[in-house]
Amino acid sequence: MKDDQLLDMIERYLSGEMPAAERTQFDALCKKDATISAKIAGHKEFTGLMKQYNDRLNLQNRLDKIHQEIDVHMLKDDLMAHPSWVVQMWRNHHSKISVAASVAILAVLIILYFTGDLSNRDPRFQQLKADVERVKKEQDKLGAKTDNIIKAGKTTGPAISAKFRGTGFALTGNGYIVTNNHVVNGADSVYVQNAEGESFHTKVVYTDPLYDVAILQINDAAFKNLGAVPYSFKKTKSDLGEAVYTLGYPGDDLKFGPGALTAGTGFHGDTTEYELFIPVNPGNSGGPLLDDKGNIIGVINGKQTQTQGAAFAVKSNYLLKAIQSIPADSLNKSLTLNTKNTLANLTRTQQIKKLRNYVFMVKVYNQ
Amino acid sequence: MNNQINVEIPSDSEVIIGILNNSDSVLKKLYLAYFPMVLQLVINNNGDEDEAKDVYQEAIIVLYNKVKRGDFELSSKLKTYIYSVCRRLWLKRLKQLNRYGGDIKDFQEYLVVEDELEKHEERDLQLNKMGDALKLLGEPCKTIMEDFYMHSRSMQDICERFGYTNADNAKTQKYKCLQRLKKLFFQQ
Repeated sequence: MKDDQLLDMIERYLSGEMPAAERTQFDALCKKDATISAKIAGHKEFTGLMKQYNDRLNLQNRLDKIHQEIDVHMLKDDLMAHPSWVVQMWRNHHSKISVAASVAILAVLIILYFTGDLSNRDPRFQQLKADVERVKKEQDKLGAKTDNIIKAGKTTGPAISAKFRGTGFALTGNGYIVTNNHVVNGADSVYVQNAEGESFHTKVVYTDPLYDVAILQINDAAFKNLGAVPYSFKKTKSDLGEAVYTLGYPGDDLKFGPGALTAGTGFHGDTTEYELFIPVNPGNSGGPLLDDKGNIIGVINGKQTQTQGAAFAVKSNYLLKAIQSIPADSLNKSLTLNTKNTLANLTRTQQIKKLRNYVFMVKVYNQ
Repeated sequence: MNNQINVEIPSDSEVIIGILNNSDSVLKKLYLAYFPMVLQLVINNNGDEDEAKDVYQEAIIVLYNKVKRGDFELSSKLKTYIYSVCRRLWLKRLKQLNRYGGDIKDFQEYLVVEDELEKHEERDLQLNKMGDALKLLGEPCKTIMEDFYMHSRSMQDICERFGYTNADNAKTQKYKCLQRLKKLFFQQ
């Protein structure tokens, strides 16, 4: 049997055009020859596929026709979410942006790490606290001195040498003294020593860590009233370029430090402080900052180690604020600030002569 | 969903019955009802309106065939079903085009339709092969095949149309054409 004849038969068989007699014959043939049944199935599937293809084509045409009736552009404008260009940019490029940001953050961290800005210690700022290391030599000297004093039978101060030292100055004649909080912070006992070398025991009556101010009160029997302080306290801000000076005890003797006011804000733009060009050393902390006329305009409290000569002082109005906020019951003597300035018309040397009795070395002892 | 075109949303059972009855009007209602939803999905996920049309029509075909086969059960809303199919198709196309950014902005809830689409894609592949084979076949074979097997015209009609002197000649020609078509189809 030829293939085309077989196909004809298969087609007639499938379409049901075959007469019954021929059909039974063909069925028998199928049973005998499995390839014929396979051919029937194959043909059925292939023609079925053609029909399906046709159906899909028809359906697609129908859908296309429907689609043409839709105003797609209007719909599109209606449905398009219109995100801002930032959002679109982010949507399209967010992986790239993320990578860039990570790299930038990493770079900043690395730079901060290598420049040392990441650590909490600020290398530029050094509190003017004369710690044990720095005063080792002085300690030895002081030790020898106090030994001598003990031998001489006079006990005007503790026998052990001071651990920390700073400067302080009198607020009033009756024994109130101001210094830096960081000088007396954590102290077991605090003594002040005047220019004559006499030490007096003091009590810390108030500390203000925010402005770095501490108020001491001399409570030593040997202390005699100093008399009215010769300076007044300036309430207003001082101007840039103003000639200023300080007195302090960076060493064993009172030291004069002349300078100028260089900025209205302190370390890192701290508005409670002035920046100064003035020679100060560890031990100057807590010293008075005076202007030409002998007004107290601030309290020395730190220096910047990277810029030579830059130092800082707490502004006097913050000192006054601190004094005002002392609770009344922690004062057993009146703390009334002097408003009369007796230094105004004196020369610098005369001013200092008067001042030296009101500036003290602050000696701090702890375990 | 939009104010410009007031579309009537046909009920799900109306759609099923309409498809089974080859109703043109129901098909049109169905098409108009859900196209905006799919357009919204595609244009807000890196596509344009033509791509939306392709994806939507494919989804309608999937639904249509499923209903015709009789194995469509209304286990979910028709809307959700269409959205899910379109979402799946569009995701696949985005990946093929390398335009997939890692997330897709959704506007509807959706189902997992993975299995059905696999079946559909297999069939789609076969049908495309058939289309390609027919294109390669050339005239007059293509028309004979279409007339006889697709449009179910009788051999008599075909004879007259192509001017064959007798039905046997036409049959022989048809046989040759079919053999060629099979060859083209299976060669691909």
